[in-house]
Amino acid sequence: MKHLLTTKQLERDEAELILDLTGQMAEAVSGREVPKLPTLRGRTVVNLFYEDSTRTRTSFETAAKRLSADVVNFSAKTSSVNKGESLRDTALTLQAMGADAVVIRHPAAGAPQRLTEWVDGAVLNAGDGTHAHPTQALLDAYTMQRRLGGIEGRTVAIVGDILHSRVARSNIWLLAKLGANVRLVGPPTLLPNDIDAWPAEVSYDLDAALTDADAVMMLRVQRERMNDAFFPTTNEYARLFGLDERRLALMPDHAIVMHPGPMNRGMEIAARVADSPRATITEQVANGVWVRMAVLYLLLTNGASA
Amino acid sequence: MSTLIKGADLLGRGRADVLVRDGRVAEIGTLTAPAGAETVDADGLILLPGLVDLHTHLREPGREDAETVLTGTQAAAKGGYTAVCAMANSYPVADTAGVVEQVAALGRAAGYADVQPIGAVSIGLAGERLAELGAMADSAARVRIFSDDGHCVHDPRLMRRALEYVKTFGGLIAQHAEEPRLTEGAEMNEGAVSAELGLPGWPSVAEEAIVARDVLLAEYVGSRVHFCHISTARTVEIIREAKARGVDVTAEVCPHHLLLTDEAAHSYDPVFKVNPPLRTDRDVAALRAALAEGVVDAVATDHAPHAPQDKDCEWAAARPGMLGLETALSITVAALGGPEDCDWDTVAERTSRAPARIASLPGHGRDPEPGAEANLTLVDPSESWTVVPSELASLSQNTPYAGMELPVTVQATFLRGRATVLDGKLVEETE
Repeated sequence: MKHLLTTKQLERDEAELILDLTGQMAEAVSGREVPKLPTLRGRTVVNLFYEDSTRTRTSFETAAKRLSADVVNFSAKTSSVNKGESLRDTALTLQAMGADAVVIRHPAAGAPQRLTEWVDGAVLNAGDGTHAHPTQALLDAYTMQRRLGGIEGRTVAIVGDILHSRVARSNIWLLAKLGANVRLVGPPTLLPNDIDAWPAEVSYDLDAALTDADAVMMLRVQRERMNDAFFPTTNEYARLFGLDERRLALMPDHAIVMHPGPMNRGMEIAARVADSPRATITEQVANGVWVRMAVLYLLLTNGASA
Repeated sequence: MSTLIKGADLLGRGRADVLVRDGRVAEIGTLTAPAGAETVDADGLILLPGLVDLHTHLREPGREDAETVLTGTQAAAKGGYTAVCAMANSYPVADTAGVVEQVAALGRAAGYADVQPIGAVSIGLAGERLAELGAMADSAARVRIFSDDGHCVHDPRLMRRALEYVKTFGGLIAQHAEEPRLTEGAEMNEGAVSAELGLPGWPSVAEEAIVARDVLLAEYVGSRVHFCHISTARTVEIIREAKARGVDVTAEVCPHHLLLTDEAAHSYDPVFKVNPPLRTDRDVAALRAALAEGVVDAVATDHAPHAPQDKDCEWAAARPGMLGLETALSITVAALGGPEDCDWDTVAERTSRAPARIASLPGHGRDPEPGAEANLTLVDPSESWTVVPSELASLSQNTPYAGMELPVTVQATFLRGRATVLDGKLVEETE
């Protein structure tokens, strides 16, 4: 594995290897007084972030530092999309600086794939437009595995703005590959036009979709969607597609509630649900560091020295 | 000055020698070269009327770093073209008599192909007020086609007025059919591939809705209308039905829509980004059938050169458009069944005669016959070639066919009897 761009490109055994390594990373570091492994000493990891995302950037930074890598934060406020330095020129600069891995977050779908043409190092997609966010899907899968005892045969409902969600696009392929039943729920306006080929069923009825779900993943509704006729009002959205306590009660007792954050409390998720013990939201954040350690380790060592 | 084209197969109808003298076809038959005449050995080659492109972006004035009238018409000549219609979206926009006359003059100075400017429908392509269509029609550039290409004339009232107004001088509105509210932010065809790639979709209905509306408008006001670069199976059906009803409608298709599909976007390489976008296999099949049948009247390149920085970037940051002039004939032949099975008369009709009629270019699109202007193209049907971007005559290299092997080569192009291309190479204008 040279790069991590999408979960669609991952083989099942590669995904399972990453999840196994994630567990090992959590164990290896958790007991230590100094929570660090020497594995990537002397290697340089560049965080190239074209979108403000303190959460994801911090998670990658922490992961790299726990593996003793040198971390360079290259925060790019502008890109060629809005007339700044071109991605290619930035890539050539990073290449000249000798980056072993580039973690890229970019508003344009496909930017990480373009980057692989211009740098020799590993490219790790930390979210590109509405395309993919593979480490989010991996940390979600790891969280489900831990909470539900496995993924094979489990039913996962992904609810909300599927159309604009890179989180959904990465989760669908990964969960299906790992043997889960994936169910997409949202208004037709927020579902892509032609998804017959996706390994997922589609429903517009959240109540019905929850009764046998082992996990529900609530997606954030972006502010800018609220004024563009995707749905009439935020109230109506919350009524039809928000997760409140009544709906939580429809789910089996063991079922968990996930959210990639940041949340709109009262919109897609009620505050009491977000704070309930069945919500895994902070656990997802913690697991994110282990997953990113596992991926960085795998990409930079090819699994050579554990 | 005279040239004897020896032994060419005339549009696949049979072999003959063609004597060209003083810019016109003088004689056809079994001929010997008169004293002082040059002889071009055309054994095994097909002779076609010179190709005519209804849709070329020459980028001059304004973006001479991407293409100039000279390099664009050199690319045209290499592709077998003797005339190109230059789209109006230059900087400044070709919305006045002054700009269209400048473009026409640059074409004459270059000398590689006739350049017929297309005028803008609206001032600055803004879709608000009509440009001075009459002034452009009366100018030395004698503009007959008007288009806001790149933008749709989406205001139905403006479109109605434009369709009516050009009747004064036998003009034609060439519509870029794209309902803009349905394509806001669109990056590629809306469908399974866009759903997977997370690129905002350009729904086919955005084209079809405008085509349907404008067919009705043209019928209502009794004018004719032409549709640029149609790209969907459903558009073909709307035009087929309109023609059957007797509406005066014509349509063009681009080579890339006859060959490539939205699957190419999986690479995220913006060389495949174009507007209207690459569609699906089903659309390609429908467009090929429509081209063979004649529901689509003409092949037009939408040749759209772009500087490297406008393509060497993220998909969303790239400008839409691809080169077309030097590959169009090969792809047309492939789309019509390949060099062995295609009907050369249909090739001539779709690439030369029909576009010349639509563009009102009486000197072009004429089969070789005594008295006709000698705008001719010699094609080798048995030779294929591999597309190498750096070897193209265009100033830009944004061809989507890099590395592909394509059928048939253009061996020679004659513009009013003068060779602009010989042995597949540009003839430098030194005499």
